[in-house]
Amino acid sequence: MTVTTIEKDTEALTLTLTADFAAPVEAVWELWADPRKLERWWGPPTYPATFVDHDLTPGALVTYFMTGPEGDKHYGWWRIETVDPPREITLVDGFGDADGTPLTDKTGQLRMRLFEHEGGTRMELHDQFPSLEQMEEMLKMGMEEGLREAVGQMDGLL
Amino acid sequence: MVVDSEVDRLFHALADPTRRDVLRRSAEGELSVSRLADGYEMSFAAVQKHVAVLERAGLVTKTRRGREQLVRTDPAALRRARQALDELEAVWRDRVDRMTDLLTTPIQEEDR
Repeated sequence: MTVTTIEKDTEALTLTLTADFAAPVEAVWELWADPRKLERWWGPPTYPATFVDHDLTPGALVTYFMTGPEGDKHYGWWRIETVDPPREITLVDGFGDADGTPLTDKTGQLRMRLFEHEGGTRMELHDQFPSLEQMEEMLKMGMEEGLREAVGQMDGLL
Repeated sequence: MVVDSEVDRLFHALADPTRRDVLRRSAEGELSVSRLADGYEMSFAAVQKHVAVLERAGLVTKTRRGREQLVRTDPAALRRARQALDELEAVWRDRVDRMTDLLTTPIQEEDR
């Protein structure tokens, strides 16, 4: 399995995941650092992501939108907190309104770390939500597709 | 399978009469672990272990208030939180899968 461990805390509303890739740390880092690569995996095929502003430096605002099957756009943003290439990013994330203006009242936190592990790379993710409502709102962005694919992955991923 | 181990934890948690009693009592309102422990002829640590099993099965939640640990069951909220986290897990598994695909089939230069 690519995803090696998952921990979910219903009280703290956190998800911690580790995944192993048979690729060097720099290659996995590029999947986050290169917006053209990032948008190939951030959104599901039915809700592809387009990154508008992308700059992995502390304080920078990264903005993106996901386009749904009806052409509907859903805006999101990251505020980069710390960066240690090619090892670690911490960021605050949130939504935008219908015009893409970042909404700052509801924000979550994401920490991504990369380690060399058994000749490949281990990625550790820590995703934290301030409220159940916000988590549910985020999940509306391209969820159905994600769930359907996940069912297949549970059996198919090795 | 994830689903099987969750069901296993649930049945294991419910298989013990003390734990069923803890569940019943905490469903009537928030109770501290020490208040719960007063009701049983076993050590505080033993009651804490039972609470931990219930917590892992997602049947109760524990919050700290001052020096006390409060146990409560809030099935509806818990179910929502668990469902949202399960969906979030699916989102990330999906993303990791796409990342894996990208790493094994590098992007062609003409696509960039």
